[in-house]
Amino acid sequence: MIRLLKQSRWSPYLVGTGVGVLSWVTFGLMHKALGTSTSLVSMAGAIESVVAPEHVKNNAYYTKTMLADGKFFLDWQMMLVIGLVLGAMISAWLSRSFKVEHVPDIWAARFGPSRALRYAGAFVGGVLLLFGARLADGCTSGHAISGSLQLAISSWVFFACFFAAGIATALLVYGKAGRRNAQG
Amino acid sequence: MLKADPNILNLVYGLLTGLVFGFLLQRATVTRFRTIVGQLLWADHTVLRTMFTAVVVGAIGVYAMHQMWDVPLHIKPATLLANVIGGVIFGIGMAILGYCPGTGLGAIGEGSRHAIFGFVGMLVGAAIYAEAYPWISTNILPVANLGKVTIPDQTGLSPWFFIVPLIGIALIVFAVLPGRREGADRGLPGKTLAPA
Repeated sequence: MIRLLKQSRWSPYLVGTGVGVLSWVTFGLMHKALGTSTSLVSMAGAIESVVAPEHVKNNAYYTKTMLADGKFFLDWQMMLVIGLVLGAMISAWLSRSFKVEHVPDIWAARFGPSRALRYAGAFVGGVLLLFGARLADGCTSGHAISGSLQLAISSWVFFACFFAAGIATALLVYGKAGRRNAQG
Repeated sequence: MLKADPNILNLVYGLLTGLVFGFLLQRATVTRFRTIVGQLLWADHTVLRTMFTAVVVGAIGVYAMHQMWDVPLHIKPATLLANVIGGVIFGIGMAILGYCPGTGLGAIGEGSRHAIFGFVGMLVGAAIYAEAYPWISTNILPVANLGKVTIPDQTGLSPWFFIVPLIGIALIVFAVLPGRREGADRGLPGKTLAPA
C-alpha cells in the first residue's frame, strides 16, 4: 500500500477505474456529476463584478449562475476545483514527482525556449478552451467523462469533435518532429 | 463576490471529490503537457486508456444505481450545433495549451508554471463567452436542439444494449493500441516501481 502511494505512475486502467468509481460516489451519494468548467464562469464573474458589478448583473449568462443578490456561489463544484489543485499537489509530493516546468520540451522543440512565448501560447489556448467548453456546455470532465458514461448524445458528439480537432491541431502545430519527440 | 453554500456538507463533499480526482489525474500523468499532447499526436495513449476505462466503469455503476435506486442522471442538452463548434474550439485550445480544464488545474498543483497562464486564459475565455452569450443563445443554441437526451432515450433501447458492447470495444481498443514506453517510462520525473 505504501509502495503504491509512492509510485509516481499508476496504470491508466487503475486510475480510470478510480475515476469511474468516484463518479458512482458523486452520482449516488452527492447527486452531482464530476465537472469543472462551470466554476470557472463563477470565478470569472466574481472577479469581473469587482470592477463592473452592474455590467455583470445585466449579463444574461452570468445571471444563470449568479445568486439573487449578485454574488456568485462557492459551491460543491468550486470546492472540487480547489481540491483538484491540492490533490495533484499532494500526489506529486508523495511520489516525489513535483516538477517546476515553464516550457514543455515538445513546445520548446517547435517554438524555442522563450518563456514569454509559451506563457502567451498557454493563455490563448486557455481562452479557446473555456470558450469552447461553455459553448458546448461542458469540458473533458463534465461532457467527455460524466456525460459519456450516461450515454448522453451531447457528450458523445462533443467527445468526437474535440478529439478530432485536437489531433488535427496537434499534428499541424507540433508536426512529425513533435510526434517523434512524444514517442521518445 | 462569492457566497459560500450554507450547507457545509456540500462543500466538504466537493473538496474531498476534488482531492481524490486531482490525486488520480496526477498519478495517471495526464496532468503533464507531454502526456496530453502525446495523445493528440497519437504517440502516447494514456489519456484514451484512462478516459475510456472511467466511462465504462462509471456507466455500469451509474446506470445500475439509476435503475435500482432511482439515482438521478445529469444530462446536458444536445444543442448539437453548439456541441460541435464548441468541441472543435475546445480541441484546438487543448492542443495549444496542452491541458483540458481539469488536468490544467492539476498541472498547477504539480508545479507547471505555464499552466497558471492557461488558467488565466480560461477565466478570460469564460468572460468572453458571457459577452457573446446573447447572440449565441439566439443564433446557435436553438439549432438542432434535441433537449436533454441520451442514446437509450432516442433509440428506445435499454442502456445495457450500449454499455455491454462498449465494454467489448474498450477491451479491443486497449489490446490494439500500441503500449510501449508511456508516461513515466519516457523521462517524466519520479520513480516507477512497476511498469504498467
